[in-house]
Amino acid sequence: MLGLLVRRLAFTIPMLVVVSFCVFSLIVLVPGDPAVSLAGENPDPEQIAAVRERLGLNDPFLLQFWHWFTGVLRGDLGQSLFSSQSVAGAVFARLPATLSLALLSLTVALVLGVAVGVLAAMRPGTWVDRVATFAASLGVAVPYFWVGMILVLLFAINLTIFPAVGYTPLHENPLQWFLHLFLPATALGLAPAAVIARQTRAGMTGVLREDYVRTATAKGLPPARVVGKHALKNAAIPVVTAFGLEASRLIGGTVVIEQLFALPGLGSLAYTSVFARDFPMVQGVLLVVAALVLLINLLVDLSYGYFNPRIRQS
Amino acid sequence: MSAPTATTTLLAVDDLRVEFATDHGWSTVVAGTSFSVGEREIVGLVGESGSGKTVTGLSVLGLLPRGVGRVASGSVTLGDRDLLGLSERELRSVRGNEVAMVFQEPMTSLNPAFRVGDQIAEAVRLHRGVSRRAARDRAVEVLDLVGIPHARRRADEYPHEFSGGMRQRAMIAMAVSCEPRLLIADEPTTALDVTIQAQVLELLAGMQQELGMSVLLVTHDLGVVAEVCERVVVMYAGQVVEQTDAVELFDHPRHPYTEGLLAAMPQLGSRGQRLSSIPGRTPEPWGMPQGCRFAPRCGYAVDACGEPPPLVTARSGHLSRCHRHDELTLRGAR
Repeated sequence: MLGLLVRRLAFTIPMLVVVSFCVFSLIVLVPGDPAVSLAGENPDPEQIAAVRERLGLNDPFLLQFWHWFTGVLRGDLGQSLFSSQSVAGAVFARLPATLSLALLSLTVALVLGVAVGVLAAMRPGTWVDRVATFAASLGVAVPYFWVGMILVLLFAINLTIFPAVGYTPLHENPLQWFLHLFLPATALGLAPAAVIARQTRAGMTGVLREDYVRTATAKGLPPARVVGKHALKNAAIPVVTAFGLEASRLIGGTVVIEQLFALPGLGSLAYTSVFARDFPMVQGVLLVVAALVLLINLLVDLSYGYFNPRIRQS
Repeated sequence: MSAPTATTTLLAVDDLRVEFATDHGWSTVVAGTSFSVGEREIVGLVGESGSGKTVTGLSVLGLLPRGVGRVASGSVTLGDRDLLGLSERELRSVRGNEVAMVFQEPMTSLNPAFRVGDQIAEAVRLHRGVSRRAARDRAVEVLDLVGIPHARRRADEYPHEFSGGMRQRAMIAMAVSCEPRLLIADEPTTALDVTIQAQVLELLAGMQQELGMSVLLVTHDLGVVAEVCERVVVMYAGQVVEQTDAVELFDHPRHPYTEGLLAAMPQLGSRGQRLSSIPGRTPEPWGMPQGCRFAPRCGYAVDACGEPPPLVTARSGHLSRCHRHDELTLRGAR
């Protein structure tokens, strides 16, 4: 298992460098000059040039990247262009809300997806299977922001069970934290749950016919152990693969959902920074999000080793 | 109806009728099968594929695939308990504990995602309620018992690190780990190399002696039967067609189908001769002949065979389902 970890890390770390380069290069690609907006009302060209000089925008591109990158390695993501706030400070102040939302959505996706998929696979061709398959198709097809709005209408405005907007940190009040995140996490988690349900159903349908499942039953194990342990572990690899892909997409989805539910997360920080052309901030947010996605993929890769002992040894 | 046995009966299958869902609706694949297995006895259940022998074995433990196969009538008694009348919960306490099974495919019967030792220990913990450590020690003990070298180390390995023969040994270790009263072995040697087949058979017979259990050996291979079985039940097209002692069956078969099976066995010294085979094939469950089910393939068939023959005592302890069992002189194996 340690060998697998080393091999995957050897892949992930260069990947992180490449990603950070791409993130930094975005400045060149995005239209608009931060110096123009920073130089104040009706700036003359000298003022703009001075700002450019101060920001280091006149340096060669690779040098700019080097300055930024070495800063990143020291944990310094730079300063916001418009406030005196450090990017790292702003990003880490926003991180808990986004992490909470992402983890809760992924939990919804995994628990709901696997449960529905397993139930459908256990009773193929029955009404349970048909309802599950239909629900999964619907879940994949419906956009998450629309689901979010419907959920707010139903459960926050009509039924007033959950708050419609806002956020409470976990350490302040766990119950309020959960209540505030429940609707956004559900909105964001339903589509991945549908994809995971399909993968689980497909995988489990095959695995449940395997001889070793019959062996497990013949041993005297109760159905929950036969299905939940012996079958599920073998059906897990395509499921966690789908989970990893969906997790990456889901983190992108937090931008919209955080706007919709007024959550103080990275998504809304990215949103405001992009429109303000606050490039260091955009870079910082993107870098942290990209690192998060790579981390999830690393965990997924490592889980292959857990689910399939052959991968561990090859 | 079952043949008298010298020992106390452990397993009694009586008039078992099993149906499978087919494109033609529910079809009867086992039609009124009766036989018994005595304490400490090895009984062979023999037939071609499609004869219903595997289905009969699975029915004993309620392992028919759900929604596909069902027991329509009859009884399966273990000791004095009717297994078919048990609740799912009660049945689970029998499976792997009082009655264990070994399957045909050692390559796929072990779970590739779990360590071999853990798979065995799981059954031990379940039925014996012992500690993790004790269950593990028992797993190592039975792996050692079935002749796996360095059992303590190999218990930590995964099935893909075991050869086919080793895996079947591990399956047998799992089956005997809770000292069952009855072991049902479904074609345990069919998927193995010939040299390994003999070893595994020897192991099964050895385990039976050592643990004093009974064995129901389901096989298509009369050679396997000759090796280890005391009594034989021959099935054809879902029915028992002959049942007697192994020696008697090989010397004086009382059913043309058995004669055909014996003739189809390759013999040493028969080099250069064509292997005999039974013409035709097993009828499909939805297209069973009205009379004797073997009649269409039988060289001895007469008009009377248009009526279904009953299973009758041809000699003491020898049952046959043939109208002509007393007029024919059939060739044995020797």
